[in-house]
Amino acid sequence: MRSLPFGTVVRVTANGSATPAERPTRRRPAPTSGPILLARGLRKTFGEFTAVDGIDVEVQAGESFGFLGPNGAGKSSTMRMVGAVSPVSGGELRIFGLDPASDGPAIRARLGVCPQTDNLDDELTVEENLWIYGRYFGLSRAQVRERAAELLEFAQLTDRAGDKVEPLSGGMKRRLTIARSLINNPELLLLDEPTTGLDPQARHVLWDRLFRLKRSGVTLVITTHYMDEAEQLCDRLVVMDHGRIVAEGSPRDLIARYSTREVLELRFDADDQAAPAAALAGVGERLEVLPDRLLLYAHDGDAALSAASARGIRPLSALVRRSTLEDVFLHLTGRTLVD
Amino acid sequence: MTSTSTPYAGREAPGPRPPLARGERMGSVVAYFVDVYRRVWRGSIIGRFLSPLMFLLSMGLGLGTLVDRSSGGVDGHTYLHFVVPAIIATQAMWVALGESTYQVRSYFKYNRMYDAMLATPLSVTDVLVGHLLTVAAHLTVATVVFVAVAALFGGFASWTVLLAVPVAVLTGLAFAVPIFGFSSRSDGDDGFNILFRLVITPLMLFSGTFFPVSQLPLVLQPVAWATPLWHGVELSRAAAYGRTDLWPCLGHLAVLLVFVGAGWVYTLRGYTKALVR
Ligand SMILES: Nc1ncnc2c1ncn2[C@@H]1O[C@H](COP(=O)(O)OP(=O)(O)OP(=O)(O)O)[C@@H](O)[C@H]1O
Ligand SMILES: [Mg+2]
Repeated sequence: MRSLPFGTVVRVTANGSATPAERPTRRRPAPTSGPILLARGLRKTFGEFTAVDGIDVEVQAGESFGFLGPNGAGKSSTMRMVGAVSPVSGGELRIFGLDPASDGPAIRARLGVCPQTDNLDDELTVEENLWIYGRYFGLSRAQVRERAAELLEFAQLTDRAGDKVEPLSGGMKRRLTIARSLINNPELLLLDEPTTGLDPQARHVLWDRLFRLKRSGVTLVITTHYMDEAEQLCDRLVVMDHGRIVAEGSPRDLIARYSTREVLELRFDADDQAAPAAALAGVGERLEVLPDRLLLYAHDGDAALSAASARGIRPLSALVRRSTLEDVFLHLTGRTLVD
Repeated sequence: MTSTSTPYAGREAPGPRPPLARGERMGSVVAYFVDVYRRVWRGSIIGRFLSPLMFLLSMGLGLGTLVDRSSGGVDGHTYLHFVVPAIIATQAMWVALGESTYQVRSYFKYNRMYDAMLATPLSVTDVLVGHLLTVAAHLTVATVVFVAVAALFGGFASWTVLLAVPVAVLTGLAFAVPIFGFSSRSDGDDGFNILFRLVITPLMLFSGTFFPVSQLPLVLQPVAWATPLWHGVELSRAAAYGRTDLWPCLGHLAVLLVFVGAGWVYTLRGYTKALVR
């Protein structure tokens, strides 16, 4: 019958039995030698168009890694290749040390995928969506039911278990999609813009859930175009633009490397930014002129503000804030992340 | 062996997981469609009883009485016996269409269920075969129901009509398999409109369903020969009449199998192109 698989079962169960019974975070990453995700010169082309243009990425077990970039940067294209559903156009890609071209099913069996757009069955109930999905991974009916109950708890959807998906809020659907992606106890979870389109409260609930997962040892790979999300969730990230990686590091590293500690934001009456911009020459480290405001990068924002006042600059409003990844992005690409 | 109670245990443990057998993979896809069907079965079952019933009453009994009275039936059979096996095959075509056009499109475009399935260990072939198996099951149920209803009205001359069930399933698949591929390629509604108006409706009328193909103008007869419906109708009729002319039947069978086979190649290609991108 399944003589070959049985060999695997023995080995897997041997190390699986060591997993603690804590749920749904009961698992520790399997001792995998080498990175969980490795990309070298990875490319994706659609006809003439190059969506991913030779990126190098390495993610270790237990890490939480982010792709930060604006619309069209190639984040989803990358995620779909990593998810072993989209064929690689060039370069090398290994997930769990396996090649998606030859070991797609084996890789996908160990992955959780939360796609950019929810693809739940709206007409089925919340729990049916989970049950059905578990079957695709070969889980028995009993296993699926047990797991689904845990995950509904985790996603705070237990009281909606028997309801149809369709009327659920965006945040609930997103949590359900994430719960579904965990049905097979994945070692690596791919989250493509997990909180885009959600209100701030729903985002915080989700971040909290993802944080728990990370703490339980699941490796997270996240794409986002929100710098606060990247700062919250990612140990390390790459900034992507036009299919390329333009910077890499921890959020804090990147800010230290590409920005200043603080930023002074100045707003003026619509059209006359040129004069104050010129007057600010020499104040702070760097000046960025945006259509609606000036950003003055300085180690001490308040000092910069005093200096500006001393030069007779009278903005409509002035705000001193800490530097964010958005500033890093602006510096690297000359554009803002979210238009 | 280990002390594991089920062979699935490894599928929840971290690390490499035992692969799924082909049957498990396709079975899990069928399980999904069964769940989908479970929420609509009431309406669907009622439809399955009603539409053949209406056909039987209007065509078989209504029109039939007229035909039998004026020309003494068709080819030595009552009109009812002539038309019922044809309606079986035609109904199979309609069931197949219902399952393979807008439905299939929605799994690609709207709820993206296919994408969701392919993010798991399932392959395009698993998903496609699983879905087609569901259509085959649907065809079986619909046909059995129809045969039962028609039997109440004395719709058949012979018990060999039971052979019309597999024939109807095959006829339905001869439509469903290629049309799955058509739907995987079509974007707007134009494709479906053309399909229904320019292909399916004429097929209904010119495939020897309501009158023998020999009544058609000579130029139109070859059209009938090229359509799966005509072959399905003829085969179904042979089954219902208990006819034993083997060679024509094998010919009809071969044509239907070619539609399924060539349709499979066309459809798998369309699916792969749309889903693996
Ligand atoms: N199937 C496809 N065929 C053709 N072009 C595609 C396809 N998928 C993506 N692209 C193009 O590749 C580029 C990168 O798309 P991708 O979805 O990877 O970007 P993204 O970083 O995820 O953007 P967003 O933040 O909007 O989701 C875009 O210009 C997009 O139009
Ligand atoms: Mg995207």
